[in-house]
Amino acid sequence: MNSPAISVSNLSKRYGDVLAVNDATFEVPLGTICGFVGPNGSGKTTTIRMLLGLIKPSAGSGSIIGNSISHPEKYLTDVGAMIEGPAFYPALSGIENLKVFAKLGGIPYSRCQELLQLVGLGDRAKDKYKNYSLGMKQRLGIAAALLPNPKLLILDEPTNGLDPAGIQEVRDLLEKLAAEGVTVFVSSHLLSELEMISKYLVMLRKGAVIFAGPIEELLHRNKPTIVAKPSTLNSLPFLAELINKTGHKAIIEADHVRVDADESFAIQINKLAFESGIVLAQLTPVRASLEETFFELTEGEA
Amino acid sequence: MRIFLAEWRKLKRPAFFFGTMGSVIFVTGLVTSLLFLLIDAKTGNADRGNRITREMLQLSDGFTIGFNSSNGLLGLVALSVFAAQTAQEYTYGTLRNLLVRQPRRIRLLIGKYFSMIAFALLSVMVSAATAIGLAVALSGRAKVNTDNWFTNDGYSAFGNSFANVLISTIGYGTIGMLLGLIFRSPISSISIGTVYLLVVESILSIAWKPISNWMPGNLLSVVATGGSPIGVSDVPSYSQALLRIGLYLIGAALVTATLFKRRDVAN
Repeated sequence: MNSPAISVSNLSKRYGDVLAVNDATFEVPLGTICGFVGPNGSGKTTTIRMLLGLIKPSAGSGSIIGNSISHPEKYLTDVGAMIEGPAFYPALSGIENLKVFAKLGGIPYSRCQELLQLVGLGDRAKDKYKNYSLGMKQRLGIAAALLPNPKLLILDEPTNGLDPAGIQEVRDLLEKLAAEGVTVFVSSHLLSELEMISKYLVMLRKGAVIFAGPIEELLHRNKPTIVAKPSTLNSLPFLAELINKTGHKAIIEADHVRVDADESFAIQINKLAFESGIVLAQLTPVRASLEETFFELTEGEA
Repeated sequence: MRIFLAEWRKLKRPAFFFGTMGSVIFVTGLVTSLLFLLIDAKTGNADRGNRITREMLQLSDGFTIGFNSSNGLLGLVALSVFAAQTAQEYTYGTLRNLLVRQPRRIRLLIGKYFSMIAFALLSVMVSAATAIGLAVALSGRAKVNTDNWFTNDGYSAFGNSFANVLISTIGYGTIGMLLGLIFRSPISSISIGTVYLLVVESILSIAWKPISNWMPGNLLSVVATGGSPIGVSDVPSYSQALLRIGLYLIGAALVTATLFKRRDVAN
C-alpha cells in the first residue's frame, strides 16, 4: 500500500509562549491537489517549514512519502518547494539562479532552460533577477520548485503577484502535474482558485487543524439552499410566505428569496409559484462556496 | 563538490569577482608602491610611520614585504566576503531554498566554506602577483638591488610568506563567516567585524597590553608576517600565535557548525 504524500500526527511548534502549530494531524493522499488554507498567522507557513526540515517540531511527528520529517535528506530529493514567496540572488540572472540550485541538487542544467520556457520566462532567462516584476519572480520560484521533477510539490501562495492570465497558467500547470501523478500541496488565499483545482483540503485556524479531508465533504457540510427570484419585486413577500408554509425556511435577500432546502425542493417551489400566479425569473440550487465555508469555519478571520 | 560549485557560481559573478579582485590589487598596489616610492621619506614608507630601508628590501625576502604588509587589508576583504556570502543567504531568504535542495546542513556549510577559501586563495595569489610585479617594476626607480630576490632563498621566503598570508586571510574570513551566521545581516556582520578589528582591539591593547597577545586580529598579523610585524614588539612568537589562532578557528568552526545545524530557518 502506498504511503500518503504527507502525514502529520500531533505536530506542534511553540515559539516561547506562542503555540504556532497546535497538535496538527492530517494526511494528504498521493497524486492529489491539496489546498492548505487558513487566516494569516494560522500556522500554515510554520507547518510547511516543519515539513521541509527547516524548523524542528516542538512535539509530534510527520512523514513525507513514507520518510520521517526528522530526516529531510531522505525525501527532499523528491520534493519541490516554494516557501514564503520566491527568494533568489538579485545580482544573478534567472537562469544563473536556477543553475545554483540545480548544481546543488545534482540536476542537469538542461532542465533550467526547459523550466524557464514552461513558466514563460524563456526570453527573459538572462535578465537579472532584481529586474524581474513580482509576477516574473513568482514564475521563477515555481520553476525552481519544479527543478527536481518532484513527486511532491509544496507551494506557498504561488499566484501572488500574477495577473489573471498568469493565475490561470499556474492553475493549468498544477492540474497537469497532478494528472501526471505529482502531489501538489498548495497554500493560497485565492479560495475560488483552490476550489476549482483541489480535491483535498486542510484548513487551519489558530494553529489547529479544523478540517482535513476531501473538499466535497467540507462543502456538503453546509446546508444546501435554493434561490428563487420572482419577475416582480412585489411578489417577494408572498412567495416567501408560500414557501414558509411548507416548513422550509425562506428569507428575503435583496431581489430574491433564499430557501433552506436541497435541490429536489426546487420542483415544489416552481409548482407553488405557478399555482399562485408568480412568474419566476430564476430558480437556482446553490451550494456554499469554499470562501463562504472558510469564513464560517474561521469566524470571519482574514 | 556540487555545493562548492554552486557557491562558486555566486562568487564568480563578474561585478563581485572583478570588484573584489580590483580592491585586492588596489590595496596591495598602494602598500607596495608606497614602500618603494617613499623609500627615502623621513616620514616612513610603511605602516604606522615605520621605515623599511633599502637594505631590508634588498634581502632575499625583500620582494615579499609589500605582499606581507597588505595582509591586514587583505584580511578585511576576506572578512567582508565571507561575512556577506554567509549573511546574504538570510537576508535574501535563499537559505531555505539551499536547504531544500541540500538538507545536510554541515555538508552545505563545509561546501560553502571551501568555496570561499578557494576565493581567498585566488585573492592572495592576485595580491602576491601584484606585489611582486610592482616590486620588480619599482625596484629600479627606488635603486633597490634585486640580485637576492630570485634565488632559492628568495623563493623559499616567498613560499613561507604566501602560506602565512593565506592562513591569516582564511582566519579573517572564518571570523567573517561566524559573524555572518550570528548576525544574519551582511552590513551588521561586516561593520561589527571591521570595528572590532580596527578599533576595539587597538583600544583594548592600549588599555591592557597583555590582552593583545590573545586578540585574534593581532595574532593573525603575527601569523601573516611570519613573526613580529614590522615596528611591533612584545608579541607572541609565530608558533604561539599559530597555536592560538588554530584554537580560535576550531572554536569558531564549532560555534558556526552548531549554530547552522541547530538553528531554525525562519524568516
